[in-house]
Formats: sequence, structure tokens, C-alpha cells
Amino acid sequence: MSQTITNPNPGSEPVIKVRDLKIAFGPKNGATPTVHGVDFEIHAGECLAIVGESGSGKSVTARTLIGLTGANAVIRAQTLQLQGKDLRRHGERAWRKVRGADIGYVLQDALVSLDPLRPIGREIADSLRIHTNLSPAARTAKVLDLLEAVGIPEPEQRINQRSGELSGGLRQRALIAAAIALDPALLIADEPTTALDATVQQQILDLLAERKAAGTSLLLISHDLAVVGHLADRIAVMRRGEIVETGPTAQVLGNPQHEYTRRLLRAVPTDKPRGTRLAPAGAGISVRQHALIGAGRAADTTKDRTGPVLVAESLRKTYRNPDGTERVAVHDVSFALNRGQTLGIVGESGSGKSTVARMALGLAIPEAGEVRLLGNPWSSLPEKQRRPQRKHITSIYQDPLGSFDPQWDVARILSDALPDASRLSRAERRVEVIRLLETVGLDASVESRLPLRLSGGQRQRIAIARALAPGPDVIICDEPVSALDVSIQAQVLDLLDELQREFKLSYLFISHDLGVVQHVSDEIVVMEAGRVVEAGRTTEVFANPAKEYTRKLLAAAPRLATTTGGRE
Amino acid sequence: MSLETLNHTPSTSAAISATTDSTAGSSRLRSVLRLSGLRILGAAGVLWAVATLAFFAMRLVPGDPVDALLGGPGNNATEEVRELTRELNGLNEPILIQYGAYLGKLVTGDLGNSYQLREPVVQVLGDQLGNTLVLAVLALASAWVLALGLALWSARGGRGATFVGNLLEVVSAAVPHFWLGSLLILVFSVSLQWLPATSGAPGIEGLILPVLTLAIPLAGFLGQVMRESMLTAMNSPFAISARARGESEVSLSLRHALRHAALPGIGLSGWAMGSLISGAVVVETVFARPGIGRTLLQSVLVRDVPVVLGVVVLVAAIYILVTLLSDLAERLADPRLRAA
Repeated sequence: MSQTITNPNPGSEPVIKVRDLKIAFGPKNGATPTVHGVDFEIHAGECLAIVGESGSGKSVTARTLIGLTGANAVIRAQTLQLQGKDLRRHGERAWRKVRGADIGYVLQDALVSLDPLRPIGREIADSLRIHTNLSPAARTAKVLDLLEAVGIPEPEQRINQRSGELSGGLRQRALIAAAIALDPALLIADEPTTALDATVQQQILDLLAERKAAGTSLLLISHDLAVVGHLADRIAVMRRGEIVETGPTAQVLGNPQHEYTRRLLRAVPTDKPRGTRLAPAGAGISVRQHALIGAGRAADTTKDRTGPVLVAESLRKTYRNPDGTERVAVHDVSFALNRGQTLGIVGESGSGKSTVARMALGLAIPEAGEVRLLGNPWSSLPEKQRRPQRKHITSIYQDPLGSFDPQWDVARILSDALPDASRLSRAERRVEVIRLLETVGLDASVESRLPLRLSGGQRQRIAIARALAPGPDVIICDEPVSALDVSIQAQVLDLLDELQREFKLSYLFISHDLGVVQHVSDEIVVMEAGRVVEAGRTTEVFANPAKEYTRKLLAAAPRLATTTGGRE
Repeated sequence: MSLETLNHTPSTSAAISATTDSTAGSSRLRSVLRLSGLRILGAAGVLWAVATLAFFAMRLVPGDPVDALLGGPGNNATEEVRELTRELNGLNEPILIQYGAYLGKLVTGDLGNSYQLREPVVQVLGDQLGNTLVLAVLALASAWVLALGLALWSARGGRGATFVGNLLEVVSAAVPHFWLGSLLILVFSVSLQWLPATSGAPGIEGLILPVLTLAIPLAGFLGQVMRESMLTAMNSPFAISARARGESEVSLSLRHALRHAALPGIGLSGWAMGSLISGAVVVETVFARPGIGRTLLQSVLVRDVPVVLGVVVLVAAIYILVTLLSDLAERLADPRLRAA
């Protein structure tokens, strides 16, 4: 790809030109500034990526370009030009002519950005209905063309389906089809690949690259430098409402000038060896040296036993479809997890990896095969006998918020997870809670907060603290960092790594993100359609993938475009 | 995890139904039949429970049903006549025998004879049911129009309109029927003399005030629910996507938000019909309008047991039927329920 070309047509008029854009929210006088004067321009057929963490102002900046910043936003700019036209004085009516016609916008959340009650054909035809005089029949024909163009198979059937009937990848394609219906000069894509599987992610990026090749200007918004690397011609790194560094992609990735850019680059886990810190020291407070938490745990001699802590033998699980047919979710899956190690399970949505996690936790019972925990029977036990052993195996999920009672504050969430909490006095429980919070690098002051009032990173730390509370040997991590920004993800991964060494924990780490799995796992299992495709030492599997499917997954994994060697 | 299942279940099941179309089709038919069979059984169970409860509850009401048979309280029949009347109507039998006889007749659709009107209860109710149904259905339709209008207006109108809309809804949802009915009569019949205060005569004028009396509190309630889901829809990512395609606010609320607002309203309409029929007791009395509500009140007062039991069973049956219909309507309106 031609990443060195910064401006294909020097001297020509840029499609969009922004100078000193300032955005504030709130009442006219006394509004809180959010974006403090950013400059950028994008020429025809060029792709600019704005990269930064959540809250950096990148999405707000993008929305300002289509006049959807919000009713209480105060916007000032020296220049805000689209193809030479001044956008600053546009009223609502003028903006509506721009939206969808001159600028296409692909909203952040692909899974919920289509109306669940309307067929996607109607959604895509909307721009045509609003901006052209095409007859309904002509619109339908055009929509079919668009579905074809964005690579949606069987357009005649899909046109009548609603978003609930489509996979995440197809939804994102439909949204892109809607955004490019009128061939806008500028296409804005806000986190277009978040929440998508790696292979689907790659397909969406390829699709955007096609648009760019066709001459559309592209503004890409992302928190992940690895995602934008292959597509962007230039990268602007944004932090706290300012662009801290901007330049050609190769230069920003290969020779970053600003400390913050270097931090973002370091946070990309792909290709970083096991145990390498991803976040700078101090960003995530490291684990303090504690005596093991909880009474009785110090005397726990099982920690010193050798041999695998969790063994799965030929697991099988089928589910019944609503129409009575059966679907094999997991077929003949075996693995062994050793003490103090991490076993990664990778696969796309629907590959059965979460079902494996449920069976490991004893929440789903395998139809054939067995799970053994610490050398003893586990999945074959009746739940009554399993319950006293549950303290040995705990879990962390992708969405901690959904796993907390929203009415419980942090202290209650954590004390509830303490072993034999009823035997502890109130003061003893509080001591334990504060120790747990310190262990995961949180201040004791969060103990009275409700989950909704915590940031994503804090919530995941609380989830980790809760998983640690009973003093487990094994923690099942089901997509624990998938919902987090790269830099927060780096802190959480660092924390998990430190806790593992400190407490000799074993992790079963489930993720669709190969970069993350590669970074954390000693061994990996690659799953497809309920079966193990390949398994082995992580380094070996990544260096010499034996199976076609693994190679496909590896090729799709987001990787920094330039070599990252030597920066560690 | 939930996203995964959401994404993939439809496509995998679609693939399977494509390959094994006939077996999947017949098993789907079976599951629909099983579901309807369960619902019919459930409905029969509910009707039986309602009939039983009403039967025994009527025994607890003070007073002697013989009075009703003999022309109401204050009749001066001799004790001999009273005893004879008891004997003839089976009121001397043990209560369980009476209950059994009642159930036996109920199964064949015989609700007995009215003590007071000396007519079969089925006929008494048949004459009145139409009046009440017209009232309830018109009230439900008006409540929908009022609620949707209010929701559309106040969800788009900014903070002030939201406040006014909220206030209107809470106040209307809270006013009692008898008070609202009397107020409407005072304003529109007595002061302005636009509309009649009674609703006995046929014609549309007599219907307007009773329908409004029933519709306004319901509209307040429905409006609250609809406005809430309309606001949620207007602020959801798909609405922002639609705006980013150049959709205007009016078009957005009509094409997208309206359907989202209507969904919970459809679900509540089954319940609303039930409450409208009980509201009819008050409204038919206030407006002196014939209907099963007024019949019920009169029958309770004179202890005309067969009519009371008949009304209760009939209303329960209507309620079950309407709930079933609103479930079906909800499935039709919401493709997500059809897929599940």
C-alpha cells in the first residue's frame, strides 16, 4: 500500500479543511471545552486516521463535520470547509443536505446502529429517498447494487432482513452501504471494526480501502493504532482535545515523536513477548506485595502441587435450535492447563469457545468427556458437591457491568465474593475488601461507589478483584479486555500478568483477539465451529501455523504496519 | 457472549432450515400447536378459577338471595313463600352441590336465570355487551390517538414540552373516572350545553363524553410509556445514523421512533381493555348508559347472583381473548419477537 504518499494532489483543494476547531459543551458562557483547536485536512482519495483514547475528543470532532455535535455544543473554528464551502454558518436545513450526500458517516456501534424494526434495504434506501428523486423501484435496484458492492451475499434476500437477522460483519457492511449510497466525497468511519472478529475486521478494512481507491476521502476514527496502520495515509494522534502528533503513517508508527504516541504503540499487545509490560509503570499501579489475602489461604498447600490444574478431555456439547434440530457447539475438545500458566483459546464468534468456558466453570455439563479440577472430578460431580470447590475456579467476563448487581456498591460486591463472608465481622470484611482493591491497583475510596459510576478499566479491575476474593487456583477470562481501549487494555493485561506471578494463578484466556492471546498465552488452542483446529506452544503456533484456518486468522490479526523491533 | 448468540443463531438456524426444510417446517408447526394448546388449557384454567372465586365470594356478601328472587329487599313475603322459593331454586342444597351444579351448567354455556329479570343471564348480557364493547373499543382507540399525539409532540419539543407532556400524563393518569365524568358533564352539558349528559339514546353525541372519560386516564398512562420508548429511540445509535443520512427530525420520529413507541403500547392494550371494562361500571352509571358495567352494579346491589357470576366470567373471557390478540399483534409489529 502507498503509505508514503501524503498528499496525492499537492496544491489542489482539500475535500475537508479544518483550522483551529474548538468544541465546548454546556451553557453558552461557561461551557466546558472538549476540543481545543485542532487542524487537519483530507484530500480526495486520501485517508486520515484520528487515533486516541475514549474521551480524547475524536468522535466529537468527527460528528462536528456533519453538524451533529449535539444541541448544547458551542463550536468555533477559523476554517471549517467542505469542498471549499464554509460549513460554519450552516443551519439545520443546509446540514441535512450535506449529511448522507456529501459526507457519509458510519457510526461507532455497528451492532446497534441499524433500526431493528426496519429491513436494511429501507435503511440503505433512506439516503436515496431523502436526497434524490429516484422512484421506489429505482431505489431498490440501487440498493441491490450497493449490497453487492459492499460484499453482502444474496442481496435479494438480505434486502428484506432486519439487523437482528444479520451478523455483526454484515451489519457493518450494510451501514457502509447506507453511507456510500450517494458516493459522498468524504466518508467518516468511527471505530468501524470494534466488536468485530479479526477476520471480519480485516474484510471491513479492505472494503474501506476499496472506497479509498475509488477516490473517496476517508476519515477513520479509532483507539487502536494497529487497526488504522494499513489503511491510513496520515495519522493524527489526539489526546485530551488536542492533536499531539500528526504525520505520515510510516513516520508516526516507525518514529513517534510524542511520548503519548509511544505509549499507545507500546500498548499494542501483538508480537510483544509474554510478560512484557504494555503500559508504562505507574499507569496501572502494580501489585503491592501482600501476604496472600484471606484467612486459611496461606496454609493452602494445593498451590504447591505440580501437574495440570484444569484438564478437559474430549468435551462435547450440543444445543437444540428453536425448531428442534441440534447444533453441535463443542465437539471433542481436550486441553490441559498447568499451574501458573495461561492457556489461550482463540476463535471467531460461534466457534464454541464460550461454551468451553461454561463447561470449565461447571455451569454447563458436557454430554461426553470430563473436566477435572486440581486432579479431582469436576464436571461429573453433582452441583451440591461442586459448590464447596467453586472457590478454586472463578471468572472474569467481557462486560463486568452486566455481572454486577447495579444496586450494590463495590464493597458489597467484593465482600459477597469473600469465602465464608458470614463468619467475618464487618470490620474484618472491610479490611479484606480494601486489601483486594489495593491488590488490583485501586484506591480504597472506590469502595462506596456503584458500578455505573466507575470507568471501564475500573470496572474490570473490580471484576478481577472479585475473581481473586475466594483465593482461586484458576481464573477463566472470557474476553476480559475486548471492550476496553488499547491503553486501558494494556493496564489490565499487565495487572493480570503480575497477579499470575504473585499468586501462581492459572488462566484460561478466551479471546477473538489474536494479538492479545499471543501476548498473554503460554499455549494456545485454536477453535473453529466447535472443534480444535490446532493447539500447541504459542510461539510455535504463531511462528509455524500448521493449519489453513490458523494462517487465515493470523493474517487477519491487526499488526502494526511497520516493524516494531527495537522499541522495547 | 450474548452478542455472539444474537449474531449467529439466526443465520445458523436459517442455514439449517434451508437444508432440512420439511422437517423443520413440521416441527415448527408442532411447536406452534403445542403453544396454542397450552394457552387454551391455561385460559380454561383461568376461567374456572375466576368462576370459582366469584361463586364463593358472592356467598360472603351479606343478605339473602331470596330477597332478590322475591323482588328485592323490603318485600313482605311470608316465611313459607321464602322457604318454597329456596327449595325451588336449590338454595337449600349443601354449598358444594350448588357449586357443582353451577359449574356443570357453566360448561354447557348456561349461566342460569336472572333472579330479578326472570330472563336467562346469557340473554341479559347479550343485550348489554354490545354497548359496553363499543364504549371500550372507542375509548381504547381514542386513548391511543391522544397518547401517540402527546408522545410525538413532547418527545420532540425539548425540555419545556417534555415537562408539560409529563405533567399532562401524570394528571390524566391519576384522575378518577367518576370525577372526570362529572366534570365533563358540568362543563360540556350543563354550562356549554354542547353534548347530552346521558348516553341512553343511540347516536354519536351521547358517546363522546363517556368515551373521553374512559380514554383520558388511559391515554395518560399509555402516553408515559410511549414517550419513554420514543425518547429512547430518538437517542439511540440508529437514530443518529438516520440523522447522519440527512433525515429530518419529523421524518425520524414518524419513520423510526413511532414504531418503537407503539410497541409497548400494543403490549399494554390487552391489560387496558380489562381496565376499561371495569371502568365502564363507573362510566355507565355516571352517564346512565346501558351496558354490562351498570348491569353488574345493579345486580350486586340486589344480590342477583347468576347475573354477577355471568358478568365476571364474561369479562374474564374477554380479557383472556384480548390479551391473546395483543400478544399476536405485538409479534406482528416486532420482528424480533417473531425470530425468537
